Amino acid sequence: MFPKYSILVLALSTVSVVSQAQENPWQVTFPEPKEGQYVHTPPTLEDLEASNLHPELKRVIRRGHDLFVNTQQLRGENVFNDMNCSSCHLGEGRLPFATPIWAAAVTLPDYRPKNDHVNNLEERIAGCFSYSMNGTPPEYGSDNMLALAAYHNWLAKGVPIYQPGNTLYGRGYPIEKPEREASWEKGADLYQVHCSLCHAEDGQGLKVRGEVQFPPLWGDDSYNWGAGISRVFTLAGFIHHNMPLGQPRSLSVQDSWDLAAYINRQERPQDPRYTGDVVETREKYLDTFHTHTQYGLEHQGQLLGDHENTGGKDFLKPEVLKPRTYR
Amino acid sequence: MRKRVLSSMLGGLISLTMFTPSWAFEGSAEQGKIAAAVCMACHQADGSGMHMPGGESWPRLAGLDAAYLYKQLVEFKEGQRVNASMAPFAAMLNDTQMRDVAVYFSQLPATQGKGGEAADADLLARGEKLATQGDWDLYIPSCQSCHGPDNQGAGEHFPGIAGQHAGYLARQLKDWQAGVRKNDPQNLMVPIASRMSERDIQAVSAWLSLQPSQAN
Repeated sequence: MFPKYSILVLALSTVSVVSQAQENPWQVTFPEPKEGQYVHTPPTLEDLEASNLHPELKRVIRRGHDLFVNTQQLRGENVFNDMNCSSCHLGEGRLPFATPIWAAAVTLPDYRPKNDHVNNLEERIAGCFSYSMNGTPPEYGSDNMLALAAYHNWLAKGVPIYQPGNTLYGRGYPIEKPEREASWEKGADLYQVHCSLCHAEDGQGLKVRGEVQFPPLWGDDSYNWGAGISRVFTLAGFIHHNMPLGQPRSLSVQDSWDLAAYINRQERPQDPRYTGDVVETREKYLDTFHTHTQYGLEHQGQLLGDHENTGGKDFLKPEVLKPRTYR
Repeated sequence: MRKRVLSSMLGGLISLTMFTPSWAFEGSAEQGKIAAAVCMACHQADGSGMHMPGGESWPRLAGLDAAYLYKQLVEFKEGQRVNASMAPFAAMLNDTQMRDVAVYFSQLPATQGKGGEAADADLLARGEKLATQGDWDLYIPSCQSCHGPDNQGAGEHFPGIAGQHAGYLARQLKDWQAGVRKNDPQNLMVPIASRMSERDIQAVSAWLSLQPSQAN
């Protein structure tokens, strides 16, 4: 269980995990840490209150948390689809195998292939706003950006910065390769069985009294073609470790890949890096990104992403997304 | 080709049986009021039900989603949801009457729940956390991540639980845990209930019962 990693690591107390599992078949068992992996249990908001940080800093971190779990409050300003940060980073950004965000705080600044330069934490967050939220980020150094960054840093409390390699337990959505190539046709059937109850048969999710209840997985109000989760392996990992909600790792690796192939074969807002030609754009970002997406590939007689639709926003690319050079 | 036809047929079937939006649910509230005469001894004329400390609480039905209510009635009758008090009453209703009764109660104004009044501040704080944020260290997602904004319901699968009687909510959570209740779609509720302690159940039931049962 989540709070017990330290026990897991210190004592390798698999026995206690197994006996818990026998008591309750629904007890969540997380994958064992690999040798040498750094296991971190991020602090909670209750820990924040109990800490001796300056009251003003506590206030800013709480603001960051609030923005993180209810990012829709920035709808129309920074967010132009139905996503919250916590739609992908489950458990308030603390949950392992759901891209826990403390990892970003202790690995950045770092070189990022996606934009071919060194990114700091604010620029990394800006990427989420530009792609996953199909929007434009809060200004660097602004109150909201500071609050979000502070929340990331708080969750990383006590973790050594710049550890070598992939040694952070639960980082990202790690998943093995499927046994056979992912099949979007099989994924289409699986989708109706496992996902459509919440995300709807047509993938458009559910709104209740105008509020997003279950986010759309494709279409104008979902993530765009440049979002990390539009890569099949990323979505497959998200699904395997986190869906259906409350039943982590209940869907097989193969089913998760098939579902991801189906969902990420549906239309969504244009990649902000679009050059005006989808084939050219795919080619331009192939090695660092689109080799893992189905963007620019043929689907039922059409090239995916061959359109000018930018979803809920009236611009293609936020101005802050630009190359950085040192001369 | 054949496969595509089959899967689109499957999709069609699923859409008929599972995905009819609740606003499209058909039934006569007028007829329902007549058929609901058998319900009122427990669920009351206004559909408010009753919180019974230490006994079997009767849930508030007023304002709940019609398709959800109908599904429960069908499953009481057919045995997927087991409850000794409900079974004989559900058995009295035919399918049309069940639809009518469901529509009738869904259209009554939602009344306020009882049972959380004596809870202390610590218990209510724990309940609020579970209902609005969950406790991910125990892998308990928040109630509202499925049960809708302010826990007042989301579609036909996730009933409103805010303003429901604490006694009823606690009983359901324990029944999910014990495997007595198991008619949740895709087994969504059982794993979550199974991770809750007795105190968590008391806390979330008490807090929810005190929350507004419908949006203003």
